[in-house]
Amino acid sequence: MPEPKGWKELPIGGIIDSPGSARDLETGAWRARRPIVDKDKCTSCLQCWMFCPDMAVVVQADKMRGFDLYHCKGCGICAKICPADAIAMVAEAEAGTEGEGG
Amino acid sequence: MVTQTETPTRLTLRELAKKPDRLTSGHRMCPGCAAPLVVKQVLMAIDEPVVVVCATGCLEVATTIFPQTAWNVPFIHNAFENAAATASGVEAAYRSLVRQGKIEDDNTRIVVFGGDGSSYDIGLQSLSGAMERGHRLLYVCYDNNAYMNTGIQRSSATPVGANTTTSPVGKVQAGKKGARKDLTAIMAAHGIPYVAQASPHNWRDLMQKVRKATAIDGPSFINVLASCNRGWRHDPADTIEIQRLGVDSCLWPLYEVEDGVYRVTYRPKVKVPVSDYLASQGRFGHLLQPANQYIIEALQADVDRRWERLLRMAGEV
Amino acid sequence: MSDFRALDGNQAVAEAMRQINPDVVAAYPITPQTEAVQVFSQFVADGEVDTEFVTVESEHSAMSACVGAGAAGARVMTCTSSAGLALMWEITYIAASMRLPMVMMVANRALSGPINIHCDHADSMGTRDNGWIQIYSENPQEAYDNMIQAVRIAEHADVTLPVMVMQDGFITSHSVERVEVFDDAAVSGFVGPYAANFQLLGASRPLTFGALDFYDYYFEHKRQQVEAFSHATEAVLEVAADFNCRFGRDYGLFQAYRLDDAEVAVVVLSSTAGTAKVVVDDLRAQGIRAGLLKPRVFRPFPAAEIVRALSHVKAIAVMDRSTSFGSMMGAGPLFLETAAAFHVLGRAPQIPMVGYVFGLGGRDISPPDLEGVYHDLLAVADSGDVGDPVRYLGVRG
Ligand SMILES: Cc1ncc(C[n+]2csc(CCOP(=O)(O)OP(=O)(O)O)c2C)c(N)n1
Ligand code: SF4
Ligand code: SF4
Repeated sequence: MPEPKGWKELPIGGIIDSPGSARDLETGAWRARRPIVDKDKCTSCLQCWMFCPDMAVVVQADKMRGFDLYHCKGCGICAKICPADAIAMVAEAEAGTEGEGG
Repeated sequence: MVTQTETPTRLTLRELAKKPDRLTSGHRMCPGCAAPLVVKQVLMAIDEPVVVVCATGCLEVATTIFPQTAWNVPFIHNAFENAAATASGVEAAYRSLVRQGKIEDDNTRIVVFGGDGSSYDIGLQSLSGAMERGHRLLYVCYDNNAYMNTGIQRSSATPVGANTTTSPVGKVQAGKKGARKDLTAIMAAHGIPYVAQASPHNWRDLMQKVRKATAIDGPSFINVLASCNRGWRHDPADTIEIQRLGVDSCLWPLYEVEDGVYRVTYRPKVKVPVSDYLASQGRFGHLLQPANQYIIEALQADVDRRWERLLRMAGEV
Repeated sequence: MSDFRALDGNQAVAEAMRQINPDVVAAYPITPQTEAVQVFSQFVADGEVDTEFVTVESEHSAMSACVGAGAAGARVMTCTSSAGLALMWEITYIAASMRLPMVMMVANRALSGPINIHCDHADSMGTRDNGWIQIYSENPQEAYDNMIQAVRIAEHADVTLPVMVMQDGFITSHSVERVEVFDDAAVSGFVGPYAANFQLLGASRPLTFGALDFYDYYFEHKRQQVEAFSHATEAVLEVAADFNCRFGRDYGLFQAYRLDDAEVAVVVLSSTAGTAKVVVDDLRAQGIRAGLLKPRVFRPFPAAEIVRALSHVKAIAVMDRSTSFGSMMGAGPLFLETAAAFHVLGRAPQIPMVGYVFGLGGRDISPPDLEGVYHDLLAVADSGDVGDPVRYLGVRG
């Protein structure tokens, strides 16, 4: 994190002029359990994408591509909702690097 | 000049997944919280530009911690009890500036989000005033049944028997006394063009309602059940399932009131006993004891009575 | 170029609002301000303004709607009094913190309880620390002139703060006087078009207003507001100079009346200053060197300028139409500010200073009362003994 700005540099009125800048926050650090998708079972129905409260399911070209682990909080909703039973929740400590860069 | 809205995005997951996030990741709502899900679905249903007005509460606090914001759309939070009045001002400014040709009419939609605390309780007057005046805005209450941001205190939306920090379970008290306030009915009684109840587990129903609401040149209100797993005490993973139980037990019927005409938009195939919903959450745990059976029975009777009345009003019986 | 009309203070303010033609007005009726809103409603109904008028269900919502509209990018105005301002209190603080340059007329009225509809300054003084510029008017003409100048002061690039324009409830708001009303075009030329610094609508990128500050940023944002006030004095004078140039009436931070060679001076706000001028003239006719200082701008408090203007007198009375319960000897806010200014900025030895609290709940203040104050001051100047530093004038024992 850079040094916080002083009063002379900040925009006035408490305005934030960087839309979507919360993306810089690594809410993934809160996670205790990590979702792992079994690509063979996944049908890209995108239910998990719709129900993720953290916009952390990655969809590209109509396909479910894995998780944005920088932001995923590990709530487990995606695993519960998945009709193909393709998502498993794994304890962070045991997950290693699995699913990273997805 | 009024720009013609192009063909609306089809309500399919594939099409919707192509839209940019209007509320981004990095917000600090608890894992599994339904409130950001409500926001995501509401804003995704709208193709036009939006201005979001938000009341104080978990949603506001967790999405706008300076110097970062999770909002990708113009956003204003003013205070706890005045989101609807604030939105009235935004809407008046929009009308005035467009009429004077100072800004372009780009079909901007004004959407308000408030928790049950701000909507049912402290901001009810502000909400009622805005609805009566007829501003073109959509007010969405994300109803998580208590004041969650300040630590799970009861509101007038808290169901009977729920354990909260100001309606605790004690030796002589079994949680919250008395029934919930029916805010959806109160809004319908305002005679505004569109009022509905929804739940994010049924996203298509919710999004269709948002579409109808925002197409109207006038006020609209949608009350959305939104689980708070911290306050309701359940596994965050169960959020969607619990929302479904709420609806399938007819405790939270999905319906709409369009120009005074009632319509039930979803009818459960099997009406689940209310006790299944209660058993799914820690806040009702004490109700399952035999001594408190009478509370469950009374609640079931109340839910049945309200459901029957709704069906009658919708002409379905 | 202008027209002289018989208007009361409320009508004069409504007339100014018509000429300013704000984008949005949100207001709620309360005595004695109501008439201003009613007259303005008629302008709206007759299509004489472009204003979107939001007939809110409370003053809390009036101020809330003003914040929404101001943030959206509109030029915004409202009016209130007493309980209405008290109900707005929370949101006036937010309006100032968001740096929204709106203008609000306050027809000063006592606060409940007991409920009372008449003039004192408890309402606006109760919001003196909320971040609004405060301008007090003596008569309908000043209320009109101040409303027009307030828009420019609020929107001044170095300021961007909301402004309250006060007039005394009933005494000014309801007394018909000859008011010079300028040409519509001259007024709109003076206030100019409005372009918000930042706005929700039509912005190049989406802005977030009203974010949550923790201890890491809140203090910086408050410091910025303090800075804005340090520029406000300059802005008030700049706008006053242009006003004088175009309309030929001279305003400053305060009005000094026969003060230059005065031995004793009274400091008092608003309509009471009008009465005091008559008293000063009478006393002068008797050979007494009486003078008057009528602050126009209470926020920012022109401390150094007031100290300079009064530094030659032998005794000062500061008269408050409100009190501050539990303050030093029950003194009012104007006295406390003035006394502090002299303590910090004045030269030794200190000039004897007496505080008077008067006129609460509309209690009449007569010329003989004010004469009495001047005679008290002469005695203080003579003996060098202040006696009771804070006195309650006109209350039964
Ligand atoms: C005037 C005022 N009173 C009280 C509060 C404290 N407060 C902030 S948020 C909140 C509860 C919010 O509850 P709700 O509207 O249900 O939203 P949630 O936090 O559950 O999302 C309270 C009591 C406040 N900010 N302002
Ligand atoms: S675990 Fe929760 S936060 Fe993570 S991707 Fe699944 S639904 Fe989203
Ligand atoms: S406390 Fe409840 S409502 Fe608030 S963010 Fe957490 S889960 Fe959501």
